[in-house]
Amino acid sequence: MHPIRKKRLTIVLFLVAGLAIAVGLTTYALRQNINLFYDPSEIADGKAPVDVRIRAGGMVEEGSVVRDPESLKVEFRVTDYASSVSMEYVGILPDLFAEGQGVVAMGRLNADGRFVADQVLAKHDETYMPPEVAEALERASKGKHKAADVEKAAESAAY
Amino acid sequence: MYPELGQLALIIALLLAVLLSVVPLAGAATGRDSLQAFARPLSTGMFVFTGLSFAVLTHAFMVDDFSVAYVANNSNSMLPWYYKFSAVWGGHEGSLLLWILMLAGWTLAVAVFSRKLPSTMVSQVLSVMGMICVGFFLFIIVTSNPFDRLLPNIPADGSDLNPLLQDIGLILHPPMLYMGYVGFSVAFAFAIAALINGKLDAAWARWSRPWTTVAWAFLTLGIALGSWWAYYELGWGGWWFWDPVENASLLPWLSGTALMHSLAVTEKRGVFKSWTVLLAIVTFSLSLLGAFLVRSGVLTSVHSFANDPERGTFLLALLGITVVASLTLYAFRAPVVHVRSRYGSLSREIFLLLNNVLLVAATMLVAIGTLYPLVLDYLNLGKLSIGEPFFNATFSPMAVAAGLLLGAGIFSRWKRTDGGWLARKLLWPLAVSVLATTAVMLVYGSFAPWAFAGVFTAVWVTMATVWDLWDKSASKKGRWYGLKRQSRSYYGMVLGHLGLAMVIAGATVVSNYGIERDVRMVPGGSAEVGDYTVVFNYIGERQGANFRAEYGEFDVFLDGKQVASLHPEKRHYPVGMSVMTEAAIDAGLFRDVFIAIGERISDEAWAIRLQYKPLVRWLWLGSLIMAIGGFLAISDKRYRIRVRSEAKDTASTGEASAAGSKAAEANA
Repeated sequence: MHPIRKKRLTIVLFLVAGLAIAVGLTTYALRQNINLFYDPSEIADGKAPVDVRIRAGGMVEEGSVVRDPESLKVEFRVTDYASSVSMEYVGILPDLFAEGQGVVAMGRLNADGRFVADQVLAKHDETYMPPEVAEALERASKGKHKAADVEKAAESAAY
Repeated sequence: MYPELGQLALIIALLLAVLLSVVPLAGAATGRDSLQAFARPLSTGMFVFTGLSFAVLTHAFMVDDFSVAYVANNSNSMLPWYYKFSAVWGGHEGSLLLWILMLAGWTLAVAVFSRKLPSTMVSQVLSVMGMICVGFFLFIIVTSNPFDRLLPNIPADGSDLNPLLQDIGLILHPPMLYMGYVGFSVAFAFAIAALINGKLDAAWARWSRPWTTVAWAFLTLGIALGSWWAYYELGWGGWWFWDPVENASLLPWLSGTALMHSLAVTEKRGVFKSWTVLLAIVTFSLSLLGAFLVRSGVLTSVHSFANDPERGTFLLALLGITVVASLTLYAFRAPVVHVRSRYGSLSREIFLLLNNVLLVAATMLVAIGTLYPLVLDYLNLGKLSIGEPFFNATFSPMAVAAGLLLGAGIFSRWKRTDGGWLARKLLWPLAVSVLATTAVMLVYGSFAPWAFAGVFTAVWVTMATVWDLWDKSASKKGRWYGLKRQSRSYYGMVLGHLGLAMVIAGATVVSNYGIERDVRMVPGGSAEVGDYTVVFNYIGERQGANFRAEYGEFDVFLDGKQVASLHPEKRHYPVGMSVMTEAAIDAGLFRDVFIAIGERISDEAWAIRLQYKPLVRWLWLGSLIMAIGGFLAISDKRYRIRVRSEAKDTASTGEASAAGSKAAEANA
């Protein structure tokens, strides 16, 4: 083969090999590390898988936060004003975690339908709402329950 | 009155940019020097008016002109003056203005430092810079005017700068980062000019190199500052979150690193030309992608600015035009280039090619992990997130592979390297690295495969770099003479690689041997973190300039001896109704002890986060050394001397252009 062609072929082969490695690793890693988002209504309807790492989010229900005085355990309910889900978390909550605020949690749903969070994210400032939460609230408000609550939620979801 | 002047200055700068993007290019195409002579004055004018506009906005912040909406949204009369100043780039509009100021600044820099270049090249490069400027000027004027007024209802006071941003990190991080992002536009402009000319030669690569390196050095500093800021200011001690916006800055960094190395091959050996041009286009496009991700509101992040679909569409269009136009040009012109040099299958060229393959593969991995959720969401296929495990699992092997190749590549020679010779050369560094890594494992007291791989890579890169320096500096006139004889660009490379080794070492050790504990503590109680004992003395309150804080005192003991007294805070900012955790850190070269106050659990008890972070400083120190290496490399005198000799054959046309511009003046 012509030396220049040979060289080009080497380069192309290297590139293809690099690409193959990248794609292989990516698909392998993606399969294990994708975290799907579910809103409280979906969890209540049993659409969320049990014992798989997922994300869930909504508004922290007023008056639902219960703290264990002897450890770092916290329990609270997260709602989209149509359904709600109980969550528990051991650790330090973000600064802007509060009742009536939007949160997104990462964790697993256990067999009793409780969400055991290993990470809780709250908004970064007072004007910000996680987009997933805003949409979950919107979906819920378009659904079955038409209450005053829903309108209030939609209002706060409008950033 | 002033804000309107600022806006007027922006519009004038836009008009100058339009002229800059047309007139010199037309001059270069038709060979009319009188038109090309406009390139430098137009660049200067554009910078002056952008600077004026920036000064006006800064003035509005300094005098608390809350009739300007952007000032009212991002400042407050209670802020100290330096935060008022940094608040200029604390929001979308102002940071965009800073971005544009830097773009105009880079354009001016090219105009000033290109005296030795052929005038057609300069005209084309400056025109391409002008086109990029037009895009961003239109963007700011149409969608993001920082001078919009709140009339007639002027607020009595501003709604304050986000407390997260009231910090030295914010004063420095965005300007450094933008210098890097925007700096890659110069490499891009050189690539486009070379494509237009059809002259992808060693001279083009040599001109591009210092610009690429300096942009890369700034980007390195910017990313490191961001990581450092996240570590102490976000309050929870993480230094890299694989957050989409962090990834947005990592993407151009990775491809920019590839570009730097492939430019070296193109300059020295005249190969990889098409590839280098493509990388220059890709790197700048990734900078634009970063701007889109951050400013369009598609992301959930601490960085994302207010959501505005119009801005996203505009930036996407800008990105689309850039990519399509430059790739079209590439498709038409790149095949013209012919490769003449030859190199063996074991040579420095091949090692640098592998470096590029790995860096580009890493770029693609990060891009996929960042964009995949966004694309799925856009197509309504569900909401998902891709977190740290994905990136750690895919990025770490690439980093290790790149580091191992780097060590071998340093010893390799251009054209052809003898395999047996290389193997013998690598034997001692290999043996020393294995021993040193084992020693490190013993010091930290546990073995993990990834920890070993990471530390080994770091030691290996260090060994190879130092060994090579030792070989090269051998001289009959003594070691010192030999060391002095090495060029600055060589020392730049040495520092770059040593810095990288430090970053790898820091990342590996802190990830594998760091300790993180959330504990319940009462005043008077104590807790352990690693070998350290932390005693919680008391918690009280104090009043700051624009906040009220819960203020704790903790003593840190090692082996019964006190090593530090730390004062973490939880601050409440009344204006924005926000809360901030201010961690307290006892910093050291080999370890940090980190304490942050969580929430109050009961009347007595508090949730406290304690962390032991070995070698965490190496991440930022290593980045700093990398960046210093970059700055050192561009100060090498060979860039100046060789450029001059290169310019000799074009000197006659240069004189002609000077004469032409004089004639033009006379006519005017």
